[in-house]
Amino acid sequence: MDLSSELKKDMYWMMLLSRRLDERAWVLHRQGKIAFHISGIGHEAAQVGAAFALKRGYDWVTPYYRDLALMVSLGLTSEEFMLSLMGKAGEPGSGSRQMPSHFGLRRVNAVSHSAPVATQAVHAAGIGLAIKIKKEKKVVLTTFGEGSTSQGEWYEAVNWAAVHHLPVIFLVQNNQYAISVPPEMQMAVKSSADKACGLGLPGQMIDGTDVFLVYEIISGLVDAARNGNGPALVEAKMYRITPHSSDDDDRTYRSREEVEENKKFDPLLITQKRLMDEGIYSEKDLEDLDKKAKQMVTDAVKIAEDAPYPAAEEAAYPVYAEEVLNA
Amino acid sequence: MPEKTMVEAIRDAMDEELARDENVFIVGEDVGQRGGVFRATVGLFEKYGADRVIDSPLAELSIVGVGIGAALYGMKPICEIQFADFIYPAFNQIVSEASKMTYRSNGTWTVPMVIRAPYGGGIGGGLYHSQSVEAFFTHIPGLKVVIPSSPYDAKGLLKSAVRDPNPVIFLEPKKGYRLIKSEVPDEEYVVPIGPARVSRSGEDLTIFAYGMMHYYALQAAEQLEQEGYSAEVVDLRTLYPVDRNTILKSVKKTGKALIVHEDNLTGGYGAEIAAIIAEHGFNDLDAPVRRLAGPDVPAVPFSHPMQEWFMVNPEKIFKSALELARY
Repeated sequence: MDLSSELKKDMYWMMLLSRRLDERAWVLHRQGKIAFHISGIGHEAAQVGAAFALKRGYDWVTPYYRDLALMVSLGLTSEEFMLSLMGKAGEPGSGSRQMPSHFGLRRVNAVSHSAPVATQAVHAAGIGLAIKIKKEKKVVLTTFGEGSTSQGEWYEAVNWAAVHHLPVIFLVQNNQYAISVPPEMQMAVKSSADKACGLGLPGQMIDGTDVFLVYEIISGLVDAARNGNGPALVEAKMYRITPHSSDDDDRTYRSREEVEENKKFDPLLITQKRLMDEGIYSEKDLEDLDKKAKQMVTDAVKIAEDAPYPAAEEAAYPVYAEEVLNA
Repeated sequence: MPEKTMVEAIRDAMDEELARDENVFIVGEDVGQRGGVFRATVGLFEKYGADRVIDSPLAELSIVGVGIGAALYGMKPICEIQFADFIYPAFNQIVSEASKMTYRSNGTWTVPMVIRAPYGGGIGGGLYHSQSVEAFFTHIPGLKVVIPSSPYDAKGLLKSAVRDPNPVIFLEPKKGYRLIKSEVPDEEYVVPIGPARVSRSGEDLTIFAYGMMHYYALQAAEQLEQEGYSAEVVDLRTLYPVDRNTILKSVKKTGKALIVHEDNLTGGYGAEIAAIIAEHGFNDLDAPVRRLAGPDVPAVPFSHPMQEWFMVNPEKIFKSALELARY
C-alpha cells in the first residue's frame, strides 16, 4: 500500500500531540497539580495506526485506559484531556466522575469503559452482534493490553466474535508488562495471536512501533470485517516506556538499563526518522511541529486550570436513564 | 378473559415485544430451537428467526456482556440466564458495567436491557437450581429489580422492563411457572415498574412478600381469616427502587409487619424493608417488625425433607403471622 504524504503527516501529528499531552501529564503530576496519570508513551504508533484504519466517527471503538493516542486520533481534544486530568467540569466522557484516562466519547462512538480489564472486549462483541443483526457496514475495534488476554471475559468475547462471525477487530497492545508482570507469566504461547488461532479467527503479531505498518495491516482487516469476512486479532508489540501509572515505581521490577535500551524503539523517534528519510519533513519542520504541539498543550492546560470544578451536588446523578432523557 | 400460567404470560410478553420493536432480541442458552429449558421462548425462534432469538455459547458473563454491547448500540436485548444460580459469572458485567454505565458516562451512554432469570427453590433443584439472588442486585444503584408473583403482573412488568431505558433484573419464581395461573387479557397492557400492590386488604397486620412467597402469603392470609385475623398482603413486585409509600401506608393502617422471603435471612432483602419501617414508621408500630426467611445455610439442599426444612411455605407464614397478630 502506498500511503500519501498527507496521511503520513496526519498520523505523525496525532502521535506527536498525544506524546506531548502524555508528557505534560507527568509534569503536572510532579507539580502536584493532578492526582493521577496513566500513560501511553510507547503505544502511539499502534493506536494511531489502528484509529486511522477506521472510518473515524462512523465505526465503533471500545478502548482501554492506555489509549490516549487512539482517543486523540478519534477526536478527543487537548482541552478535554486536561479537563479529565484535573477532574474539572465539562469533561465529556463522564463529567469527571471517572478517573483520568477512563475514556469514553459518545460523539465518536467510543464507549465508556471501566477499570477491571477486558470488560470492554465483551461489549465490542455485542456491538458487533448488533451491527450484524442490523446488516450495517460498520466495524468495531476493541483494544487492551496483553495482560487482559488472561481474563475469561477476553476469551468469551473472542469466542463470540468467532462463532458469530462478527465485524470485530481485537487489538492487543503487548507492551511487555501488566504493571510488573511479563508476558511469559500471562501466557504459555509466544503471542496472543496464537490464542486467536485456537479460538478460530486469524491472529497475527506485528511490530507495534511502525505506525504505517499497523495502519496497513489493520486497514486490510477492517475492510475484510466490513465486507462480512468476520473478526481478526492483531497483537502489536511495543515497550511501555513509562511506569504503569503515576502510582507505580517500575524500579522495583525492571532495570534502568532495560528501559534505556528499549527507548531506542520509541515509535515517535522511529516515525520522525522515517519522515525525514522519505523527505516528507526536514528537521526544521519537525521542530516547528513540536513547538506547535507544546503550545497547544500549554494552552489546554491553561483552559483546564481556569475551568471550574463540577458542583458537588452533581455527584447525585444520573443514576438512571430517565434522569438523562427527562433532563 | 383467558387464564394463563406464569410461563405462558412471560412468553406472550416477549412475543409481543419482539413484534412491536425490531430492536428487541433474545439471547441465552437453549433459547432457540429448544425454546428454553423452561419453555419460556418456545415458538419464538421459528417466528422471529435466528437473528432475534439467539442461542449463546454456554457462558453467562458474555450473555450479559454481549447484551450490554448491543444495548449500547441501540438494541433492546432480553438476556436469559438459565437459572439465577448461574448469574454469578455475569456479576462483574452487571455490577461494574450495566449498572454504572449511565452514571460513569454522565448519561452519554445508557444500557436498556432485561436480564431474565428463573429463581427460587422447592422444585428439587438442590443447591444450584434453587437460589434466590435478589439481595445481590437490590444493593446496586443503576439497576432495577423486578419479581412478579402472578401471570398478569409477569406479562405487564416484563413488557415494561423491555421498554425501560435501564438494565432491569427480572427474576421469575420458577416454582410458580406452571403452578400459578391467572386471567391475562389479550389486549395490550403494561404494569409499571415501581409501585407495589396491595393484593389483599386487611386490618390486623401486613405481610410483605414477593414472587412465590407472595403466592403463599395469600394462602396464609386465608388461613388467618379462619382464626379471626384480617391480614393485609403487599406484593412488593419492584424490589429496587422500592415503593416506600405503599409499605409505610400499610404499616400505618395495620401497625404490624411480617416480611417474608425465601432467600437467606441475614443481609436479605427483608432487612431493607424492616429498616424502612423502623426509620419511617416506628410510631405506627404495635409490635416488633418480624422477618420470616430462608435459614442461613448456603443454599437449598436436594433431598426432599431437607429441602422442605429450608423452604418457607404457607404453613410457616401462617404460624409466624398468627404469633404476630396475637402480639
